[in-house]
Amino acid sequence: MNRFWSRHNQRPEQARLPGAAPDRAAGPPAALRAHHLSTGYRQGKRTRVVHRDLNLRLRRGALTALLGPNGAGKSTLLRTLAGLQPPLAGEVWLDGRPLHALSAHELARHLAVVLTDRVDVGYMSAYALAALGRYPYTSWDGRLSAADEAIVQEAMRAARCESLAARAAAELSDGERQRVMLARALAQQTPIILLDEPTAFLDLPRRIEIMHLLRDLAHDTGKAFLISTHDLELALRLADELWLMAADGTFAVGTPEEVRRRGDLLRVFADAGEEVHRYLRALGCSGG
Amino acid sequence: MNLSLPRAGQASDRPASPFPPLGMRRAMWLVLIALVAAAFVASLALGAVRIPPEEVLRALVGGRTSKDTWQTIVLTFRLPKAITALLAGAALGAAGLQMQTLFRNPLADPFVLGISSGASLGVALMVLGGAAVSAGVFGRTAFLGEFGLVTAAALGAGAIFVVVLTIARRVQSVVTLLVLGLMIGYLTGAAVSLLIYFSIPEQVAAYVNWTFGSFGGVTWQQMRVFAPASLIGLAMALVGVKPLNALLLGENYARSLGVNVRAARWWVTASASLLAGAVTAFCGPIGFLGVAVPHLCRALFATHDHRVLMPAVILLGAALALIFDLIAQMPGARLTLPINVVTAAFGAPIVLWVILRRQRFARV
Repeated sequence: MNRFWSRHNQRPEQARLPGAAPDRAAGPPAALRAHHLSTGYRQGKRTRVVHRDLNLRLRRGALTALLGPNGAGKSTLLRTLAGLQPPLAGEVWLDGRPLHALSAHELARHLAVVLTDRVDVGYMSAYALAALGRYPYTSWDGRLSAADEAIVQEAMRAARCESLAARAAAELSDGERQRVMLARALAQQTPIILLDEPTAFLDLPRRIEIMHLLRDLAHDTGKAFLISTHDLELALRLADELWLMAADGTFAVGTPEEVRRRGDLLRVFADAGEEVHRYLRALGCSGG
Repeated sequence: MNLSLPRAGQASDRPASPFPPLGMRRAMWLVLIALVAAAFVASLALGAVRIPPEEVLRALVGGRTSKDTWQTIVLTFRLPKAITALLAGAALGAAGLQMQTLFRNPLADPFVLGISSGASLGVALMVLGGAAVSAGVFGRTAFLGEFGLVTAAALGAGAIFVVVLTIARRVQSVVTLLVLGLMIGYLTGAAVSLLIYFSIPEQVAAYVNWTFGSFGGVTWQQMRVFAPASLIGLAMALVGVKPLNALLLGENYARSLGVNVRAARWWVTASASLLAGAVTAFCGPIGFLGVAVPHLCRALFATHDHRVLMPAVILLGAALALIFDLIAQMPGARLTLPINVVTAAFGAPIVLWVILRRQRFARV
């Protein structure tokens, strides 16, 4: 287990090359980069490290799925990448700028999230809920311009939920609400969108639809989508890249094809029983 | 970066937009403003002595009324009272809305979460404890006395609110917060009881009288403190509406939308405790308006958008406070009811109705 209590207070490392993003791999510049990132929680003098020394690149125009057993730290990593909790060490880079150097306002123009948090907005229409995505762009009174409204409407069409616009947000089903929240994230016009378990609580058709939608959006808009999910099969089918997180702290990255060939999933779920391994082999995972 | 989608540009061919208007309905505003104006004039005209509306207007613009006493009644008694009710109702509605959103709790109001208890404790400490200042609390006082009173109530309210917020940051559950507010109410109640126990009957009577609530106790001199305090609080509430909309989604989403949650929380705290503190100090702990008015406005305007709700609660709160005060005076009768009796009698059924209605939106 990589989760342990450490007495050492790990200070976030400073940028080695001030003003320059560390870019190790070739190819198009990543939308988001994690550099020697350690995630976890700090409470008083005690530090609980969930993951240490992660080096990650989130691709533009691609759907990346973060997979791993419960408790492996998927949400912790997402929250850290989204700037909702500080890293214990290392850095997250967005567009060549360290995340911690961005104000909340600047960050909101770079990165949008769809969380598992319950939203209880009562009478608010689905349209008004999606319109909250324009928050970082409106002036002090929050009034939306015609251009803002057009962007929100376009986002709702893109998330295929324009027919829900007039419905009360509180009366939406889980799947419908997920789409509206996605439209809200799209309306935020960020190059990066993180979604924490977007398929949780949804039935199979809705799960398949959402995953397809996310992949299509990633390819069509050039945005980087990172989702955490338990839907192995859908992720293997539809994601462009997989980030695998094991409970023992090991981390593997690859395309679904590479992951299948290398049998990474069998390692990630090494603790699980024989039934699980049979299932994973049936999904095409070899090795192990 | 823009959404480049194949389906872009179809919007113009649509016969009817599926998107509901985001803004506010003009007719509703006119109705609310008219209601406030009518209630304001009625509260000047009606009372133990009935004064014709045209005479009221004449007195207001400084002209001579048919009877000299009418001018005195309007300008010295009814006008400050009406302005007080107007401001207090607006303040309670605004503070109630802020609390309900900040705590994401439909039953939150200054009263429920203990902030009025804090103000009560502050006032009790002044009235019952501070003999030196207490002499000047109810009428005929020096400016410093009133300033001390509003400060004591605002400090009491602010201290309790900071305690509530500090603990609220650690707990997630709405029920925990309600229990917290209840316990703070008990604690301050115990402290007030202790003060009463060691006080002389006149002081106790003065304090108990204050807890009944009244819009009539504010003189023109006191208005110089009450009006600016509540107007500043209201202005802060109006300026701070934008983050409230984001906070509806919870603090994580709010942060991801670029809200500086800590600053927004502080702003709302400051505004609400100023409003609740000012009202409680000058009018006593007025219940139910704070919780009922936001619910009424959400139901009337069918929205949770604070850009609509905040002005709406201010107007409706003002109108209701004026109307409740009229009912409390029972025009024609010599008897005057404590304002809290009227707000509870009308406010409690409204809250009950909202809770029962909410069942429809209950989580599955």
